[in-house]
Amino acid sequence: MIEIEEYILPGNAACQGCPSTMCLRIVLKALKGKAVLVVPASCTSVYMGAYPNTAIKVPVFNCAFASAAATATGIKAALDFYNEDCEVVVWAGDGGTYDIGLQALSGAAERGENMIYICYNNEMYSNTGIQRSGATPYGAWTNTTVSGKREHRKDISEILLSHNIPYLATASAGYLRDLYKKVKRALKFEGFRYIEILAPCPPGWKFPMNKTVEIGKLAVESGMWILYEAINGRIRLTGISKLIAEGKKKMRDLRDYLKAQGRFANISEEDLAEIERYRNKRWKKLLDSNSKLVD
Amino acid sequence: MYKVLTGNEAAAYAAMNCKVRFVAAYPITPATSVVEMLSRFIDEGRMKAKFVHVESEHSAMAACIGASAGGLRVFTATSSQGLAYMHEMLHWAANARTPVVMTVANRALAPGWNIWADQSDSLSQRDTGWLQFYCGNVQEIYDTIAMAYRIAESKEVMLPAMVCYDGFVLSHVASPVEVPPLNGFIDEYEPQWRISIDNPFTHGNVCSPEYYFSLRKSVHKAHEKALKIIPKIEQEFFECTGRYTTLLYDTYKIEDAKRVIVAMGAIAMEAKIAVDILRKRGEKVGLLRLRSFRPFPVKSLRSILVDKEVCVIDRNLIPGVGGVLHQEITASLKKDVDSLILGVGGADVTAEMIAKNVGRLILEVGR
Ligand SMILES: Cc1ncc(C[n+]2csc(CCOP(=O)(O)OP(=O)(O)O)c2C)c(N)n1
Ligand code: SF4
Repeated sequence: MIEIEEYILPGNAACQGCPSTMCLRIVLKALKGKAVLVVPASCTSVYMGAYPNTAIKVPVFNCAFASAAATATGIKAALDFYNEDCEVVVWAGDGGTYDIGLQALSGAAERGENMIYICYNNEMYSNTGIQRSGATPYGAWTNTTVSGKREHRKDISEILLSHNIPYLATASAGYLRDLYKKVKRALKFEGFRYIEILAPCPPGWKFPMNKTVEIGKLAVESGMWILYEAINGRIRLTGISKLIAEGKKKMRDLRDYLKAQGRFANISEEDLAEIERYRNKRWKKLLDSNSKLVD
Repeated sequence: MYKVLTGNEAAAYAAMNCKVRFVAAYPITPATSVVEMLSRFIDEGRMKAKFVHVESEHSAMAACIGASAGGLRVFTATSSQGLAYMHEMLHWAANARTPVVMTVANRALAPGWNIWADQSDSLSQRDTGWLQFYCGNVQEIYDTIAMAYRIAESKEVMLPAMVCYDGFVLSHVASPVEVPPLNGFIDEYEPQWRISIDNPFTHGNVCSPEYYFSLRKSVHKAHEKALKIIPKIEQEFFECTGRYTTLLYDTYKIEDAKRVIVAMGAIAMEAKIAVDILRKRGEKVGLLRLRSFRPFPVKSLRSILVDKEVCVIDRNLIPGVGGVLHQEITASLKKDVDSLILGVGGADVTAEMIAKNVGRLILEVGR
């Protein structure tokens, strides 16, 4: 049963079909509102609304773009001092996570700071008007990769896993119940916990605003986004990704996913083959990395 | 109770006795031993605080801001490159109204790696909104940190404060200092506001020009209010410790002086001896040792210096400008002021050197 209470109010400044508000809503429900949010520069810092109003019903501290995990470190120390019973949750975009915020993120993860760091990954910088990030996939158009990005995204989950954190999970805006469950699971652990949500963004990815959930599902069904959890470093696939790994579900044609988005409109056959190679390589790596991927 | 301490050690004692509850640290010469000592105090159970060795100065200040917003009294220490690396967060701390106190062991900026005394690191953070105090000896470091917390945390001010002292010249030179307990002067921190799950609010969200301007004006006004409360804090500090330590400025042989030297930091202490040297030669010279660069006591400076010839000594050289202090004093007095740039990049500055240079200026104007 998903919590009924709402912690993010309707009528906020996000685009229609925004994956970030959709997922934050679910995350705050899973946390039962018992969280202090730390938000670096991103779409979230805008859509939460302008002073003296706010669309978010839990305490929110806005911080500098590069500083989320460090700011959260300080806040958590203070909340512990005052014996406050709540989580500190970073809610950051992929720019604030993969790129400018990586140093602070890695530092906090290595120190085992007691927080939940959630990255809503819309695979680009949206706030500043759609530029590439370290999470932008090969071939995707952005305003700084106008003929398609020539590099693959970095695998930040692998980076985080190498920090020996107790809990890591990937999720997708296509599967909100799965996200809810994963946040609940994260609450069972202490220390540094990382959750990354694939967040298909209508204006950035160029698809109609009523298709956010659909694209979030397509990403997983086509194997471009893999759902898994890593508990104390032990990886296990979840949801549709698990079914695909078990051979219970066929992986969908990559084209179904790419064609649904305007940002891939101009990719060549070679690009397509390159994206497919990358996808297959990641799957193989994940499956090889642990013989007991599925349990 | 006297102890023989270096400037950095005195800073650590001050942070402990000020009941700091959170330290975020990143090492840099010549500030490092401050946080090393704090780490030891905490380890030995002499100080009840959380110590976080973060991964950069940007993060050190971010963590301090977070902890301060969460209601803790916080402390960090840095220098030079570290302070420059914090720049974004320095603005943040001021606008967020988090009363962080930080010591800065003044050091030159690279390239041309130079770890020695030079005030261009803190002076180039002049416009961040921080209060800035400059110390002339080790005792002043201890006393200034204590008073800085009181001013930073006072309801009318609520701003971060930097306590600056010359790298090595003060940070690493030991002298006997009094380190009295500060109970009664500075007690357990009671924040004006703090992040709490029971009192949800959004801090630092999008702000219209109207609100933003009023925020900036309130930070500006807080500097004026800081000026007003400093004498009261000095007095309270005296009542608690029996020692009067001036925080705004100090004057020496100024009444009958024709010419007044204005300086900050360790050089200003040498300048005092230079005044005596010059007076022996019959020159009517005095000294104004500025302790509080921000808030800037502009009205007092004007009234003291209005009919004097003024010579400013700067331990910094800002390209295209000259000395920062010279620029500030010139702007406040609205008249020509002589400038001496001495000790940049850690060059030794002696009283004789100051006397010689000031003497030369006196000759140049035909006296
Ligand atoms: C130091 C710094 N550099 C640049 C910016 C401008 N900026 C604000 S948000 C943003 C992009 C955020 O991207 P992401 O983290 O992916 O979040 P999203 O906008 O997609 O929600 C940038 C570049 C800034 N605020 N601070
Ligand atoms: S640009 Fe994308 S992530 Fe940002 S508010 Fe709009 S839909 Fe949400």
